[in-house]
Amino acid sequence: MTFEIDYLALAPELVVAGTIIAALLLDLFLTRSKKYWVAVLSVVGVAGGLVPIVYMLAEGGTRSMFDGSYVVDEFALILKIVFLVSGYLVLLMSVSYIEADRYYQGEYYFLLLSSILGSLVMSSSRDLIVLFIGLELTTGPLFLLAGWRKGDAKSNEASLKFFILGVLSTAILLYGMSLLFGLTGSVEFTAIAAAIPDLVSEPALALSVLFLIVGFAFKASAVPFHFWAPDTYEGAPTPVAAYLSVNSKAAGFVAMLIVMYTALPGISEVWAPALWVLAALSMTVGNLSALRQGNIVRLLAYSSIAQAGFMLVPFAAAAVAGSDLAQAFSATVVYLVIYALMNLGAFAVVIAGARRTGSGDIDDWAGLGQKDPVLGLLTALFFLSLAGIPPLAGWYAKFVMFASVIEAGGISTLVLAAIAAVNSVIAFYYYARVIKAVWLDTPSEELLARPGREYAGSIKLTLAISMGLTIAIGIYPTFATYFGEASRVIATGGG
Amino acid sequence: MIVTAGWYMGLAAILFAIGALGILIRRNALVMFMCVELMLNAVNLTLISAGRELGTLDGQVSVFFVLVVAAAEVVVGLAILVSVFRNRATASVDELAELSG
Repeated sequence: MTFEIDYLALAPELVVAGTIIAALLLDLFLTRSKKYWVAVLSVVGVAGGLVPIVYMLAEGGTRSMFDGSYVVDEFALILKIVFLVSGYLVLLMSVSYIEADRYYQGEYYFLLLSSILGSLVMSSSRDLIVLFIGLELTTGPLFLLAGWRKGDAKSNEASLKFFILGVLSTAILLYGMSLLFGLTGSVEFTAIAAAIPDLVSEPALALSVLFLIVGFAFKASAVPFHFWAPDTYEGAPTPVAAYLSVNSKAAGFVAMLIVMYTALPGISEVWAPALWVLAALSMTVGNLSALRQGNIVRLLAYSSIAQAGFMLVPFAAAAVAGSDLAQAFSATVVYLVIYALMNLGAFAVVIAGARRTGSGDIDDWAGLGQKDPVLGLLTALFFLSLAGIPPLAGWYAKFVMFASVIEAGGISTLVLAAIAAVNSVIAFYYYARVIKAVWLDTPSEELLARPGREYAGSIKLTLAISMGLTIAIGIYPTFATYFGEASRVIATGGG
Repeated sequence: MIVTAGWYMGLAAILFAIGALGILIRRNALVMFMCVELMLNAVNLTLISAGRELGTLDGQVSVFFVLVVAAAEVVVGLAILVSVFRNRATASVDELAELSG
């Protein structure tokens, strides 16, 4: 046993943890009108967490602590960048939104930062206990954030539904972990992977793997475990819904892939078909349900379920076909990076548009493009990117996904690719419906009469960052490819 | 009769099933919380008996983490339930149906 602590490897977590404590203390000393300083501190802290990550990426190499339970390899660093940047964007879009709500600003940032810290811990975990702590730290604060407007019955309902299904999924996940520990005698992923070959015929092992998949699928809101997601997104404050659809979904998703890839490659014949089914169902059910949504947040909720299905496709395909999983891993990470940027942009548009129109219903957004052309253009940009239209980043995500499926080969993967292709077309229909409402429909008198208020600087900055990166990756995808290539290091150095 | 670790595992499996069934059929949110606790304790029992059988400390250590997280989750859950109750004066999940579709 070695307990040497590598402070550089832990630096991102330490910076964020320090920011959490500082934010809590600072909140005590500020009067209500000065609370925005907590937001400033949080934004600076999260950006500060990126500095050691960039340094370690430049330096290269893998750092491992606590007998390999906590590993900082390039894969973990890439994920930490994704979590910190998307956390940064969510913090920015929260500022004016939470200020307008007028209560508990300090605690809001404390909880959001705690959740970001959880996802940072999760991306380095190579051990069941650390993974569990990271995941719970990610989702725990979100139960409270979903119910932030506590006088609002919808917000209450959102958080109660999220909470009950969240703890249920935790219990199922833990039961799977406890069985896995009982069978393999270890909580460490490498040791579990080493013990698996002797146990392949054990029925309890297959059971424990299925329990794990169900638990993770709840967190990632994959069909058929997605029922809480649309209700929670609609009832929660919109920035929290944005966070749920990107960070917390990605955390559940990545946790599943880490466990399958590093601990359970020996019994891929059990989990590969399960992932195949999850991917196919998530895409199809998510897209078909999105078609009949009138509320734009619910539409994005179902669209994010479907996007998670797309994200799962490369990994599921490679596992079913028995081909190179590392290749699939990098395709999934590229998709995740691009999805995070464009989905956060879409949610920022929803916040700005809801302020402009006073409504979250797509029908009420009719003619928004005439009222506010810049916002109309941004709506078109992010929704076209989500649909996968070049030259916006979304096309490259889809391209990488299909490329990796074709590389995997085999009949069952081609069936999955066909399902994905049909779903891309369905998805285009409902994304285009929003753009049609904004640009082609005639605006109501009411909308034209509404006073055109100036947006807060923070929401403009969120839109500018996500727009800039969405266009930049679309035109120059090598940038995203770098993320994918670097994330392959989990195959060799890490694990 | 010798009570081996397998018996404890079996008991844990039964407790877990009772908890899961309770979540599915009971409609009072408070009772649903209790069912989740039952499931988490089934997990603890499995971890402890497996840890004892294997002779490693990992199982027992894991139980501490599970206990702490479970306690934190109950606090969060009760807080949410209180705010629901203030607005609605009900703890039944069936009456919470504003969001659907």
